Amino acid sequence: MHVILVVVGAVMVVPLVYAVLSGFKSTDELSSNPFGLPRKWLTSNYTDILGGSDFWRLLGSSTLIAVGTTVLVVALSALAAFSFARFAFRGREALFTLFTMGLMFPFAVAVLPLFLLLRSLDLLDNPLGVILPQAAFGLPMTIIILRAFFREIPGELEEAATLDGCSSFGFFWRVLLPMARPALGTVSVLAVVTSWNNFMLPLLVFTDNTWWTLPVGVQQFQGQYSAEYARVFAYLVLAMVPALAFYSVAERQLVGGLTAGATKG
Amino acid sequence: MTSTFLADKRSGPGTELPPPESVRARGRGRRRVLHWLTAVGFQLPALVLFIGMVLLPMLFALYAAFFRWGGFGMPSDYVGTDNFTDLFDNPVFLGDLWRCLLLVLLSLAFQLPFALAMAVLLNQRLRGRAVYRMLFFAPYVLSEAITGVLFSMVFAPDDGLADHVLGAVGLDGVGGLWFADPSYVMATLFLVMTWKYFGFHMMLYLAGLQSIPRELTEAALIDGASAWQRFRNVTLPLLAPTLRISVFLSVIGAIQLFDLVWVITQGGPDHHSETMAVTMFQYGFKRYQVGYASAISVVMFGICLVFALAYQRFVLRRDLEGATTTMRGDGK
Repeated sequence: MHVILVVVGAVMVVPLVYAVLSGFKSTDELSSNPFGLPRKWLTSNYTDILGGSDFWRLLGSSTLIAVGTTVLVVALSALAAFSFARFAFRGREALFTLFTMGLMFPFAVAVLPLFLLLRSLDLLDNPLGVILPQAAFGLPMTIIILRAFFREIPGELEEAATLDGCSSFGFFWRVLLPMARPALGTVSVLAVVTSWNNFMLPLLVFTDNTWWTLPVGVQQFQGQYSAEYARVFAYLVLAMVPALAFYSVAERQLVGGLTAGATKG
Repeated sequence: MTSTFLADKRSGPGTELPPPESVRARGRGRRRVLHWLTAVGFQLPALVLFIGMVLLPMLFALYAAFFRWGGFGMPSDYVGTDNFTDLFDNPVFLGDLWRCLLLVLLSLAFQLPFALAMAVLLNQRLRGRAVYRMLFFAPYVLSEAITGVLFSMVFAPDDGLADHVLGAVGLDGVGGLWFADPSYVMATLFLVMTWKYFGFHMMLYLAGLQSIPRELTEAALIDGASAWQRFRNVTLPLLAPTLRISVFLSVIGAIQLFDLVWVITQGGPDHHSETMAVTMFQYGFKRYQVGYASAISVVMFGICLVFALAYQRFVLRRDLEGATTTMRGDGK
């Protein structure tokens, strides 16, 4: 059994290690010495990228868009989920069904009309042109997860808060949200990862490189330096670092959120 | 008719609405309206964004699909269902449908069983299982675009890692063109998809496995069931809800596949790896046949919708409740 795991583990790791090592080679060495350690550890591929401004701009733009999307989707979803979980009102189930239908809209299906809409709203080459649609498409899953969590908070708490003179918004803001911190963490991590990895929308919305995100930047870099393998590898490795670092910190929330999302959706 | 029905309903027993004549009732009615407004008020921001950015664009695509339209101004050249009939005569699009089916079948035959095997392995007490779990899942957090660039270089003809590895173990010439070979491009693509996604399905299965009480398999063990019998007759049936959901996600993923293909092959060589989303992208953003591309979007949505509804109706319905309640413990 251990043999199987070691083999599978090797298949998973080898492409990544290969990329890291290749980044330390020259493109010439790459074809004569494909998988050995570099004969001479060449750091210039990495340092050139880190020394320039392009990579940092991509990183900053990816971060801004991920944070913007997350704040927006979590805030709006929390409000909606609160209403779904704690209010009985006419039309509630119909509204909820409307949101859950959104789970059946894969992004790729709606991207063309979305692009036309963004163009007519003059949101191309504007980070909001990516943030708003990403938040909109994140709503269904986030609402479903948060609603399930809010429902489990006992009703007595709300009664007590109301008796103490809390309005519904006061209860939401001062009691529910602080209690829901783990759930908010989970949905935030999901939103960050989804936004970070989105490729299609930033590719379409950002016609020039001012706001390009990491995935778009890496693809364009490969196109531009297609002959210089070693540099592309170095770029690739640096672009993977933030996602893998984030994963190692937030693994629990990510896995928890994905399994919750898959089963509750 | 309607008014008597309403009057009946108002005065009938067990209804919540008191007669409107009563002043107290009017106060209660006002409070109800206020309650409703508060509840809907909390929904409003999300609803506006959702309708504006998800529903309206989709409805517009449905409208634009009936026009020949280059994407500027309003569509005016109405062509009826021509776009749809052309689409189902287009060999590339029919190929897209076949390739989507192929990816689904390959996933069902190889990727998901493999993920299940790994989940069962890692559900046991093994040294280093946390490390393996983390490692197998790690590619899931990488963007498809970055994964695509990585593997376009791993599978680069002659100079890539894959060919060198095959050469080193004496299998020179087994590799070759990979993504550039029309007959092997889908197989290579499927390998990359498995590398990236099996860990996700494995994590779902692990969560499912951990919610199966140990007493059940232990009881089967005492009754003399072999390891295979325990897996086949105890574990697998209890895991069924999770399996069905993972199949569902796998199919939806295959329908909308774009990033990976676009970065690696752009659908080539000669359309042999093209997917519906890539075809839509080509027509909509490269050739400016926006009406035609809208028709592709509509068909994609139709396929998703029909699949989702049918799946819910025939496969998920009986165990959706079970799945959500058993998983809730791990879900948080």
